Amino acid sequence: MIAFDRVVKRYPNGREALSGVSLRIAAGEWVFITGRSGAGKSTVLKLIALIERPTRGTVTVGGKNLGTLPSRRIAAYRRSIGVVFQDHRLLMDRPVYDNVALPLVVAGSSLKETDKRVRAALDQVDLLGKERILPLELSAGEQQRVGIARAVVSKPTLLICDEPTGNLDRDLAVEVMSLLKRFQRVGVTVVVATHDLYLLREQEAHERTIVLDDGRIRGDAEDEALPSMVASR
Amino acid sequence: MSLAAYGTRHAQAFLGSLGRLARSPFATFLSVLVIGLALALPLALRLLVINTNAATGGFSSAVDVSVYFKQGVTLPEVQKLAREAQAHAGIAQVSVVSAEDGLKQFQKYSGFGAALQALKQNPLPQAMHVRPTPDAMTPSALGALRDYLEAWPGVDVVQVDSVWVERLNAIIAVLRRVLLVTAVLLGAGVLAIVGNTVRLEIQNRRAEIEVVKLVGGSNAFVRRPFLYTGVIYGFVGALIALGVIGIALHVLQGSVAALAKLYGSDFTLAGPAARDVLWLLGGGAALGWLGAWISATRHLRRIEPRA
Repeated sequence: MIAFDRVVKRYPNGREALSGVSLRIAAGEWVFITGRSGAGKSTVLKLIALIERPTRGTVTVGGKNLGTLPSRRIAAYRRSIGVVFQDHRLLMDRPVYDNVALPLVVAGSSLKETDKRVRAALDQVDLLGKERILPLELSAGEQQRVGIARAVVSKPTLLICDEPTGNLDRDLAVEVMSLLKRFQRVGVTVVVATHDLYLLREQEAHERTIVLDDGRIRGDAEDEALPSMVASR
Repeated sequence: MSLAAYGTRHAQAFLGSLGRLARSPFATFLSVLVIGLALALPLALRLLVINTNAATGGFSSAVDVSVYFKQGVTLPEVQKLAREAQAHAGIAQVSVVSAEDGLKQFQKYSGFGAALQALKQNPLPQAMHVRPTPDAMTPSALGALRDYLEAWPGVDVVQVDSVWVERLNAIIAVLRRVLLVTAVLLGAGVLAIVGNTVRLEIQNRRAEIEVVKLVGGSNAFVRRPFLYTGVIYGFVGALIALGVIGIALHVLQGSVAALAKLYGSDFTLAGPAARDVLWLLGGGAALGWLGAWISATRHLRRIEPRA
C-alpha cells in the first residue's frame, strides 16, 4: 500500500526532515508513527498526502510513485485518501453537513449519492441529527468526529491522521481512536502520527509503531516497549 | 460526473458566489458601481457617434457639385448638357439654374436687391447643380466627376462643395477611434477591478481553499466560484451602465429636442439598440470572467494545503 524507499526530504530552509527513510505499510494495516516534535512524523504524512514531494528517494502509494505524479493528477490522488488533523480543519461558517459533503462535492457526486453517503458517515461517528449545526457549536470531540466523517465519507482505502487526539482529553481521545479502529477493521489502512504516549500505551498490544528521531527510523515493530522508547528520549 | 451533477455543482457555485456578494452589499455595490461607470463611458461615446451620424446623416451625404458656365453660353446649351449628365453613372440628380433665376435668388436672399437693380446686365452665369450618387461620394469618384464636368465645352468653374462634409466625417472618424481606445482602456480597467476584487476574496478565503484542495478539489473546482463572482460583477456592472446611460438620455432628451426644433428638425436622441445592449451585457460578463480567471489562476496556484 505505502512504500518509502530511502526517502530524503529537505525543506527550502535547508532543514533535513527525513534522512533516508525506508518503510512498508501493507493494505489494511494500522500503524502509529511517533517521535518527538521535529522528528519527521508530519513530513511522512505530508509526503503520503502529496502536500510535499521527496527530495530524494521514492514514495509509492497504491502503486503510484508520488514523486513523479503529474500536478494535474494530484487532486484525483487526494480524493482517494482521507486526512484527519489535530485542528480538524473544518469550515467554521458551514454546517456539519457541508463540511462532511465537501470531498463528495469536489468529486462531482450527485446530490442523492452525496446525501446518502454524508448521512452514513455522520451515523458512523454518531453525529446524525446534527447536520445543520455549525462546527463552533460542537464540542472539541464532536468537531474531531466531523473531521473523521469528512475523511471517510468518500470511502478511502487509506486514512492518515496527524495528531488526531492532540486537542482532546483522555476519554475523548480513546473514543476517537476506537472510532478510527472501526474503519481499520473494515479494511482501511490507517496511519496515525502522534506523540501522545498515553494513547500509545492505552492501545492493544502488538500495534505496529514506527519511532522517528531526527528524520531517521529508530524503531519499527509490534512491540509494547516502543512507546517507552519514545518516552525515554 | 453526470451532466445533471455537473449542472447542479455549477448552480451551487453560482448561488454560493451570489450569496457571498449579497452578504457584503456595500462593498459589492461600490465595486459594481465602478465597473458600471467604466462600461458606461464607451457606451456613451458610441451613442454620441450614432446620434451625431443620425443628426448629420442628411448633410454628410449632401455633396453638391456646382458647375458655372462661361458668359455667352446659352440656357438651351446648358439644358442639353444637363440631359447628357443625367445619363452619367455617378450622377443622381441635375438641376439647371439659369442666369435669370440666379439673379432673382441673389436679389431675394443677399440683401443687395436694390444695388443689383442698378446693373445694366446680369453678371451671373448659367449654372447647374449636380448631386452625385452615394457610390460617387468618395474623394476619388468626386475627382473623376469633376474631371468629367470640366471637360464639357463652355464650362468655366466646377466647384465641389465637399470640404465641410469631409471635415464632419473626419470628426466622426476621430470620435470612432476615441471610442475604440476608450473601450480598450476601460475594458482593461474592468479587468483590473475584477482581478483585484477576486484577489482580495481569495486572500480572505485562503484557509477554506487549502481545505478544499486537501480533500481533492482541483484548481478548476476552486476557481469556479471566483469565475462566477467575476461574471456577476461584469454583468451587474453592465446593467448599471445601461441604467446610467438611460438616466443621461432622459435628462438630455428634452433639451436636445428643443434645440433640434429650432433648426426645424424632429431629431431625438437614440438610445442603445438591442444589439448594443446584448454586446454590453455579454461583454461585461466576459470581461468579469476574464479578470477573475487571470487573477484566480495566478493566485490559486500559490495556495497549497499545509499539514
